[in-house]
Order: sequence, then structure tokens, then C-alpha cells
Amino acid sequence: MLRKFKSLKKTARTDFFTYLGVVVAFIVMFALQQAGALSSSVSSWLVPICCFIVMAVSLNLTVGILGELSLGHAGFMSVGAFSGVIAAMSLSEAIPFAPLRLALAILVGALFAALTGVVVGVPVLRLRGDYLAIVTLAFGQIIKDLINCLLVGYDSNGLHIIFNLSKLTIEDLHMDETGIAIIKGAQGATGIEKLATFPAGFILVMLTLVIVLNMVRSRTGRAVMAIRDNRIAAESVGINITKYKLIAFITSAALAGAAGALYGLNYGSLVSSRFDFNTSILVLVYVVLGGLGNIWGSIVAATVLYVLPEALREFQDYRMLAYAVVLILVMLATNNDRLKALLGRLLPRRKEEKDRG
Amino acid sequence: MTFFLSCLISGISLGSVYAIIALGYTMVYGIAKMLNFAHGDVIMVGGYVCYCALNYLGLPSLVSVLLAMAACTALGILIEGLAYKPLRQAGSLAVLITAIGVSYFLQNAAQLIWGATPKTFTSVVHIELPQTLTNVGVSSEALVTVLVCVVIMVGLTLFINKSKLGKAMRACSEDKGAAQLMGINVNRTISVTFAIGSALAAVAGVLLCSSFPILQPTTGSMPGIKAFTAAVFGGIGSIPGAFLGGILLGIIESLAKGYISTDLANAIVFAVLIVVLLVRPAGLLGKYVPEKV
Amino acid sequence: MKKLRLLSLAVAMMLSVCMLAGCSNSAQTSEAFKLGGIGPLTGDAAIYGNAAMNGAQIAVDEINAKGGIQFEFNPQDDVNVAETAVNAYNSLKDWGMQILVGTVTTTPCISVSAEAYADRIFALTPSASSSDVTAGKDNMFQMCFTDPNQGLSSADYMAENLAGKTVAIIYRNDDAYSQGIRDAFAAEAEVKGIEIVYEGTFTADTQTDFSVQVAAAQNAGAEIVYLPIYYTPASVILTQANAINYKPIFFGVDGMDGILTAEGFDASLAEDVMLLTPFSATLEDETNQNFVAEYQKRHNEVPNQFAADGYDCIYAIYNALTAAECTPDMSAEEICDKLIATFTSSDFSFTGLTGNDMTWSADGSIAKAPMAFIIKDGQYVLP
Repeated sequence: MLRKFKSLKKTARTDFFTYLGVVVAFIVMFALQQAGALSSSVSSWLVPICCFIVMAVSLNLTVGILGELSLGHAGFMSVGAFSGVIAAMSLSEAIPFAPLRLALAILVGALFAALTGVVVGVPVLRLRGDYLAIVTLAFGQIIKDLINCLLVGYDSNGLHIIFNLSKLTIEDLHMDETGIAIIKGAQGATGIEKLATFPAGFILVMLTLVIVLNMVRSRTGRAVMAIRDNRIAAESVGINITKYKLIAFITSAALAGAAGALYGLNYGSLVSSRFDFNTSILVLVYVVLGGLGNIWGSIVAATVLYVLPEALREFQDYRMLAYAVVLILVMLATNNDRLKALLGRLLPRRKEEKDRG
Repeated sequence: MTFFLSCLISGISLGSVYAIIALGYTMVYGIAKMLNFAHGDVIMVGGYVCYCALNYLGLPSLVSVLLAMAACTALGILIEGLAYKPLRQAGSLAVLITAIGVSYFLQNAAQLIWGATPKTFTSVVHIELPQTLTNVGVSSEALVTVLVCVVIMVGLTLFINKSKLGKAMRACSEDKGAAQLMGINVNRTISVTFAIGSALAAVAGVLLCSSFPILQPTTGSMPGIKAFTAAVFGGIGSIPGAFLGGILLGIIESLAKGYISTDLANAIVFAVLIVVLLVRPAGLLGKYVPEKV
Repeated sequence: MKKLRLLSLAVAMMLSVCMLAGCSNSAQTSEAFKLGGIGPLTGDAAIYGNAAMNGAQIAVDEINAKGGIQFEFNPQDDVNVAETAVNAYNSLKDWGMQILVGTVTTTPCISVSAEAYADRIFALTPSASSSDVTAGKDNMFQMCFTDPNQGLSSADYMAENLAGKTVAIIYRNDDAYSQGIRDAFAAEAEVKGIEIVYEGTFTADTQTDFSVQVAAAQNAGAEIVYLPIYYTPASVILTQANAINYKPIFFGVDGMDGILTAEGFDASLAEDVMLLTPFSATLEDETNQNFVAEYQKRHNEVPNQFAADGYDCIYAIYNALTAAECTPDMSAEEICDKLIATFTSSDFSFTGLTGNDMTWSADGSIAKAPMAFIIKDGQYVLP
């Protein structure tokens, strides 16, 4: 058994440990939560951490594996969150069973985000480098502004949707008395039933890992990485660049949408300005700190960096300042040769690692 | 007609502020090949320094502006030396994240120093315009902003093309290794670029706050993003491109606000950017560099 | 290298967790009520959160100095984001919060009030004014007007005193406060036959430049410009309107309060501005002046209406706790039930900085009369 495990490829072993780590972390946290040993703040972090892990892993697919800098990942999260909330709220009569409704909402969120991914991806992926970055940034902003103009309500006649440019209000949807307002323009969605649970978050993380890891280790993944490493060489051996770029980009968007739906159903209110440029950047920070292309790195970085500002609450006013300093210092410590050498001497094991890698 | 004119004029004035910021972005990008997200926050610091000089020290306008420029130049060199220089060999994403860290740092430090309450900036421009001009919506601030922007643009173009340092900058932006072999001090050139970019940011900050008189720790972030967009729009790395991109962006934004929808003005600006980039992938005046195989 | 990066992250994490653990077991006194406060203390809404929390802190210090009921007040930051607000709420719950003062802004408040409802913790928000905040939650109360109430009063006031004039509205459509007032105003304007000739919007991203909106209002020939927004963007609108010689009647709501004391703002531009507000730092009332003086001493700026709301929240809770004879050793749930009963009882009324004899209805909203002021020579005067 052990020998068989050792004979596995290094990537397979890494993947195995990634899964194992997530499962163990889940079991420990879930057991602690059930035993009532977690403080309420720690238990309230669990679902958003799951969401941001999925966000970071999916963005890693675009930035790390595909090698294209995207600054609009939160836009897909936003699409997923709002479509998921609409689905969950309008199905509350039809499907009383909450977990099923949550699953459907996540699916709807992923679907709509994937559609947006197609709309964005087809034109955008022709661009390269910083131009692609700025266009994804622009799309994030556009999605935010468009959602600000949406009025959505649900009554016994079904969904009512208006794209509001002429200062209408929710009254103009003319719903009957069973009607509930779901999205009220820029004021966002209110009165959302809290469906998201930690086990649901865990399942979503596992699903994401299965999708992303299998994809990366498959023919598709190798093609995508070939494009990243050398586009021209990849093209010359007959890899269909557009196709593989789109596959990676759309998968990434769909996963972000699923994370968004879970996120949206975890809080009583939701506004589109939550998913602005800063959120995209935040997720990018998780990916870069975790290591480009390194999936378990993204998971760890997302968890740690989510907890960090919360844990720094004791600093009061200096909280975000401390966060910024930590961010800069970590980047400097890990990327500067002199500092690395200094730390390397303190950690002799690292050399061994390097020899193997 | 007057309404169109006033939209156009406010667009040009907004656009020239974007243009000055975009010039700083473009210079730094051209040489250091990094997206300096902290640039917007240097603008904010410039605004605050000028505000303090005007209101607390009671200095005259011109001295305050110079003081803000000096402070931002020092800040720019400091940031570059502490946060970016150690990462010269690292990947561009590492530098990007560090820049974001610096941006968070500046915003939060500003909040601790100056408080979260917005300050109303007193304009540094004291020119009385004739009634005929103000009636169509021309403010003295707008006029000065446009003039300053043109002067800076011309000055920078001359500097880059004629001076020895400018030549060094161009060499560094083409190929750092070769430039070093030619005896150019690459590190110093990059520091100087940051210094110039930050001084421009101070000017932009003062003019931004003179036209739109709200000064708070987040003042710089949205204009920063817009100016970055403008720089890409005009072709990043190109100085006339940044100027053109900034002015066009301002005009589009104003006209969209006036004639289409105030809700969607930002979305329209970004949509135009996307369309332009799809047609001209290197921006309006950007040089298209064919890939070597 | 990747390993090193993660290691440094882990070290940062350990450090912060240690600090958390080190601080969490501080001061377990049972003689004081534990009041939690939540509001945006950083980020672009920080001005409102800081004002409300600073105002509340002054009230807490005054009450503690009196002897009798003692408060321990713990203000937390939510950056105006629902998620962070819920995290802040939970961290306060771990601290042992018995009563919540907050949250300051609307969207986070809706999320937090759902949590507080589930946990049965009494909550009084200084300034989250949307009716969604209190809807369906019996333990959530507001210190400020509801948005519809303000829009309605503004339209009624205009119909009565400024009849026949055309109106332009400039409002912030990504803000529940501004949008809520505007919606109620527009509906009531239609009933009263007020003609709205132009509506311009802006968002958090575009709140520094209004030249186009102001020019459009002028172009549409509006005689009144209604500004259901906070004073910061309003000060820009006044400046830019002045720059193009446009001089309509500007009409603001409670968010306009503070404009005269905005640092660096040329107060003469606000001459003849009308506004409906429950609080004014310039009123010659003794409690008012004491509060303003104390606030200025501590924070070196004139308090706005948010600070007054925060201050009033603490005193309202103080009065209700006294009336209900609560003691600090009670559980949050017991306090919650008693306070709900007290706040909604017909003989409980509260007089503070933002109104006299204010009462609360069972749905959590407050009944108080807005006062219309007009600015003359840098002072609020009754028209």
C-alpha cells in the first residue's frame, strides 16, 4: 500500500494531500462546531471561507494555469450571487426542502456565470497581458453597474424583471399581493433566507477541487498549460488556442458563480457594490500569495488571509494598516533573494525540497 | 446647445485630470513594466499635503503646490526603494500585489492621520473669468487644468526625446539588460521615473481636488482606475496616447452622463474601452509589437 | 519558495491568533452592561460610522461618570459590508455583548438584524433608516426617521410652502437611504402635483463630479433642487452650481446637516439652503451645546446628525434599562424581552438631541417630527 503510494507521481501525491487536508479540516471544524466548541465568530467565518477558497481556486485556473491576468473575477461572483438569490427566493414555495433549493441556486448561479463567461471570454481572450487585465476590470465594473439597474420581483404569475433606466421603483413591477421584491436596483437584494451551511460549503469546495484538479491533470489541462508556457509553440503543434482558453475561462467563471450563489445565500442582504474591483483584487491576492498554479496554496492563502483582518480586530483603527503591512512584508519576504537566502539558512529542509523539485 | 457645450467642457476638464494621472501611470509602466496601483493614492496624499499647507500653514497656493510635489516625489522614491526595488527580479504579479499593499497602506495611514471625514478643498486657482465664459460652464479650474495638462504633456515629450535622462528611460523601457551594458544606471533611472510620476500625481491631486473639492482617504482610487483605463485606452507606454485617452475618456463620460444615463455612465466608458481594444488591441496610439517567433 | 511563502503566512496567522487569544479574556466584569457597536470605521463610509460611535462613546462616558448603571462599550468596524458586519457581530457576541447599538449603515444592518433576531439580542440602530431594517424583527429599533417618512415630509412641505415650483432631484442610487427617500418623495410628489423636471443619479464611484447633473437641472429649468443625500456630495453640488451661476432653492434632508461645518467648505454657498433635520449643532439648547462642546474637544470637529443619533441611542437604552429595572447579570435574551416591552409601551418616551418625546411603534420605527430649517448667515433658522 505504502509502496504503491510512493510509486505515484508527485502531482498525484500532492492532489491526494490536498483532498485529505480539506476533508480533515472539514471534519475537525465540523466536529468542533457541533460540539459547540467554536466561538460564534469562528463559525461565522466558515461559509465565507469556503466561498473564497472556491473563488481563489477558480481564479487560479485563469491566472495560474491559463496564465491570463483577470481583474474582474468578482463580476462572475456577482452574477452567480444575484441569479442564485433570485432562484432560491422564487423557488421557496415550490421546493420547501432547503438543501435542494440551495443546490439548485448554486447550479443556477454557476450557469449564469458561465453564460457571462462566454459573453466576456469570446471577445476578450483575443487580447493579451495587461490589455486583457484592463478589459476584465472593465467587465467587472460593467456587470456591477448593470445589476444596479435591475428590478426583480416574484409573485404567483412568475418572475418580473425590469431593466430600469427611467427611475422606476419596485412598485412598477405591478406584482399581485403575493409578490416579493427580490432585487431593488442598487439597493440590492434584501430579506434573503439564509440557506448556506458549512457542509454545503465543504461539498462545493470538494467539487471545485475535483473539477479543477482533474482538468489540470488531463489532456485539456496540459493543453492549457502549454498555451500559458508558449502560445506560439502550442499553436504550432496543433492546439486550438481559442477553444482551450475558453474552456479554462468559462470553468473558472462558472465556479466563481457557484461560490457567489453560496455567498449570497449566507447573508440577509446583498448589494452589487460588494463585488467591486477591490473584491477581485482581494481574490487575486489570495492566488498570488498561495502561489500561481498551486491549488492547495490558494486554499491555505484564502483561509489565512480571510481570517487575518478579522483576527486583527484587536488593533481597532490600525487593523487595515496592519493588514497592508503584513501583505507587503510577505511579498517582500518571499520574493526577495537576499531575504530568501536568510530564511533559507534558518530552514535547512528547504534545500532538500528544492533538490527534489 | 449650451447644454451640449457645458457637457463637453466639463468632460474636457475631467479628462485633463485623468490625462495627468495617466501620464504618470504610462511613464512608470513604460519603464518598470508594472501596474502601479498605488499611484491613485499618491494623488490623494498630494491633495492632503497641499490642503494642509494652504489651511494649516497658511502658505500661498503656488508654494503649497510645490510643497505637495516635493512631498510626493519623496514619497514616490521611498515607496519605490522600500517596496518595489527588492522585487525587481520577481514576477510582475508579485509587484502588483505589493503595489496593492502599498495602496491599502497609504489609504489607511491617511485615515489615521487626517481622519475619515472628508475635507472640502479650497481651490488653488484664483482667476476671475469673464462672464461670457462662466455662462457656458467654463470654470477657471477647468481652464487651468487643461493648460497644465498640455504643458506637462509637451514638457514630458521633450524631456523623453531630447534629454540624456529621457534617452536612458527609453533605453530601459526597450531592454533593461542592454541598457545596463551600455552603462546606464537602470536602478537610478527607474527611481527618477517614479519621482517624476509621483510629482505629476501631486499636480493631478491638487487639480483634481480644485475641480471636485472633496478630499478623503479614498479620493484617489476611482480616478486612479479611470486614469489607468485612459492610459490603456490611448496605448500604454505612449505619452501622447495617455493624453488623448484621458481627454476622450472624460468627454465620453460627461456626454454619457448628460445624454444617456447617469446610472450607466461608468459602464458606457468601460464598454467603449472594450470596443476600442478589440479593434485596436494596442490602444489608440500604442505601438503594435509583432511577436518574434 | 512556495513553501516559504505559506510558512510566512502561517506565522502571520499564528501571531494574530495568539493576540486574539491574549486579548479575549480581558475584563470579565458583571457590573456593567456590555454594549456592542457596529459601523464603518474605515473605508469610504467611515465618516458616518466614526461619528455615530464617537457620539455613543460620549454618552457612555457621561453615564459611567454618573454612577448607577455602568456600560462597557465596544465599537467594531464593518467597512460598510454586510459580511464584515456579521463577522463583527459574532465577534461581539463572543465578547459577551448584551445590547447592540448598530449597525450604522443600512445594507449591513439588514444582515446583522437577521442575526440579532435569531439570537434575541436587542438592537437599536442610530441611522440605518430603510424600513427593510426593522421589517419582521421585533427586537430591532431605529433612532432615525425611516426613509419613506422623510421623502413624504419633504414633498408635503414643498406642496405647502413652495407650491408650483418645478423640482429636480439629484440622488445616489446605490445607497438605500438616498434611493428610499427619493422613491417616497417621487410617489408623494405625484399625489400632490409637484412637477419633477429632472432626475440625476450618482454612485459611490462618481460622487465627486456633478457638473453634468447640475447643468442638466439648470437646463431643465428646475427652481428647486432636491438633494436627499449626505452633505459631502451636496457640498460639491453647491460649489459646482455656484461656479455656473445656477441659483435654485436647494432642499436637503437630515443627511444635509453638517454642511455648515464641513472642513474647508465655504459656508456662504449654503446660504438659503432649506433642510429637514432632527438635529442641528447650532441650536441653543443646553444639552445640545454641551454635547457639541464635548465632541469638539475630543475630536476637533463639529458633530453631525450621526453623532447625535449615536448619543441618543445610548441614552434611550439607558432610560429603557432603568425603566425596565434590568441588571447587568441578566442574559441578553432577558434584557431583549424587557427592552422590547419598554420601548413599545405607551408610557415610554424619550427626549434627546434629535427630538422631543419620541416614541417607538411595535414595528421598530420611531415617531418624531422633522424640523424644517433655512440657512441664513451661517445659522439654521426656522423659516
